[in-house]
Amino acid sequence: MSRYLLKRLLLAVPVLLGVSIVVFTMIRLIPGDPALLMAGQAATEEVVRQIRQSLGLDRPIVVQYAYFIRNIAHGDLGRSLFNGAAVTEELGQRFPRTARLALAAILVALLIGVPAGILSATRHLSWVDTFFMVLALAGVSMPVFWLGLNLILIFAVRLQWLPAIGHETWKHLILPAFTLGAASAAIIARMTRSAMLEVLRHDYVRTARAKGVAESSVISRHALRNALIPVVTVVGLQLGTLLSGAVLTESVFAWPGVGRLLVDAVLARDYPVIQGAVLLIATMFVLLNVVVDMAYAVLDPRIRYE
Amino acid sequence: MATESALLSVPRIVPRTAGAAVWRRLRRNRGALVGMLVLTVFALSGLVAPWLAPYDPYRADLEGSLAGPRPTHLLGTDELGRDILSRIIYGARLSMVIGGISVSIGVVLGVPIGLFAGYFGGRVDLFSQRAIDVLLGFPSIILAIVLVTMLGVGLVNVMIAVGIVSVPTYARLIRGQVLSLKTQEFVEAARALGAGSVRIVLRHIFPNTLAVLIVQTTLQVASAILSAAALGFLGLGVQQPTAEWGAMLSTARQFIQLAPHTLIFPGLAIMLTVMGFNLLGDGLRDALDPRMRL
Repeated sequence: MSRYLLKRLLLAVPVLLGVSIVVFTMIRLIPGDPALLMAGQAATEEVVRQIRQSLGLDRPIVVQYAYFIRNIAHGDLGRSLFNGAAVTEELGQRFPRTARLALAAILVALLIGVPAGILSATRHLSWVDTFFMVLALAGVSMPVFWLGLNLILIFAVRLQWLPAIGHETWKHLILPAFTLGAASAAIIARMTRSAMLEVLRHDYVRTARAKGVAESSVISRHALRNALIPVVTVVGLQLGTLLSGAVLTESVFAWPGVGRLLVDAVLARDYPVIQGAVLLIATMFVLLNVVVDMAYAVLDPRIRYE
Repeated sequence: MATESALLSVPRIVPRTAGAAVWRRLRRNRGALVGMLVLTVFALSGLVAPWLAPYDPYRADLEGSLAGPRPTHLLGTDELGRDILSRIIYGARLSMVIGGISVSIGVVLGVPIGLFAGYFGGRVDLFSQRAIDVLLGFPSIILAIVLVTMLGVGLVNVMIAVGIVSVPTYARLIRGQVLSLKTQEFVEAARALGAGSVRIVLRHIFPNTLAVLIVQTTLQVASAILSAAALGFLGLGVQQPTAEWGAMLSTARQFIQLAPHTLIFPGLAIMLTVMGFNLLGDGLRDALDPRMRL
């Protein structure tokens, strides 16, 4: 077991190196002097020279990459061209907010998706089933940002039940979490349904029913437990969707997280911030995938790295 | 060469009957039928946009701005008084182009990588797999944003960015197919008859990946349209005043209180189109091979 975990962790190292190379190359492929890009048009000659030195731009490209990694290791991702704030600090402040949003979204997705899937499977081909599956189809086909705007229109503008923007209280979290969780809820509902349908055909379910176990208990104790393994897989696969969706959701709700920071930075050509935000999001994504893989190995002993 | 012509005549008949069988199964699938209907409307309105649209999608009429749906403007007008229905119809044309071209980029780059990496294995495979791992290390929108940062905003760059984002998906999917196909007997037979590697890959292996490729491509168009709309919405994609659905929504958010219709209709257009491709993709998957898993 620990051998598998160690191997999986080691496998992430080349991917992370690759990610850092992509981010490193990004700034150098944009036409123009990287030092000027990183310092901003308004910077003095002195500042540009300092940045040129800290990036090692007068050295060979391999040495430049070494400087880049060294700076990251020192927690130095440069300063925003806009407000001069250290990128590392900015990211540190915003990351917990994005994490809070993403966690709330997963919770929403599970709380809606799993029960909807169970209801659909136990009432297979009934109107309940049709209703949830049409809803799920809409959920995966709807643009995240459009759903968010519609929720603002209904619950903030018309009914005035919930705030549209802000991030201070749990009330501010409801609409963004629902927006971000909806697509994942749809996919989880589909997966739970098909996994349940599969499991309900098995002999042990028939045996449980034959020996007089109550139907609710057959569903919850015999069927659901076995159906949940593929569902966990899907939750893991949703991480990418969730992080992509977070960028859009944060933009819609003016949620001050890493995603919104990234979009604002791209619009303002604030390259140090773009670089830092992309690096952080991609690193989190790779590491979360490792954690998810490890979780499978713990949940399902049949899974091993070959 | 009697045997060779007999061998060659087989594939010419098989696809036709297979196609008919697929069509028969597809016709029985209610979801797929709905999907095809939606897509036909979408494609036709995109094709004949100049004749179908009641107004010029770019003609401003400031006095009639932000008007709700009415007989003269069935879906209302936007902040510059432009007819929303006409803009959505022209937007369908643009989405067809974006979906078509970006998916073509994904197929043209991704499929050969998957075919040759899977068939030859070794260093080519190892290198391409590590590169794909890295690209998959970025959530899709983030990778698209990275590419747009380098290339700049605008229609062409959006198509390139969205296309490149799908390359790893295609490469990995086709590689997996090739790995299982290359051990099968018909490949062995072709090799025994003296066919070269390139011929085996292109004439014997590639046609057998088509079913999976068609399904994936149908679903990929859906996600390409969604990604392009997302970039348009963020202001990183197709720019105003172009009648692009995502860009339309980006402006509409400012008038959410004043004129909610500017928000609702372009979003519905995106959702219905994406739904159409998803329904057709799911239907094709069932029709082409009920056991196929993607």
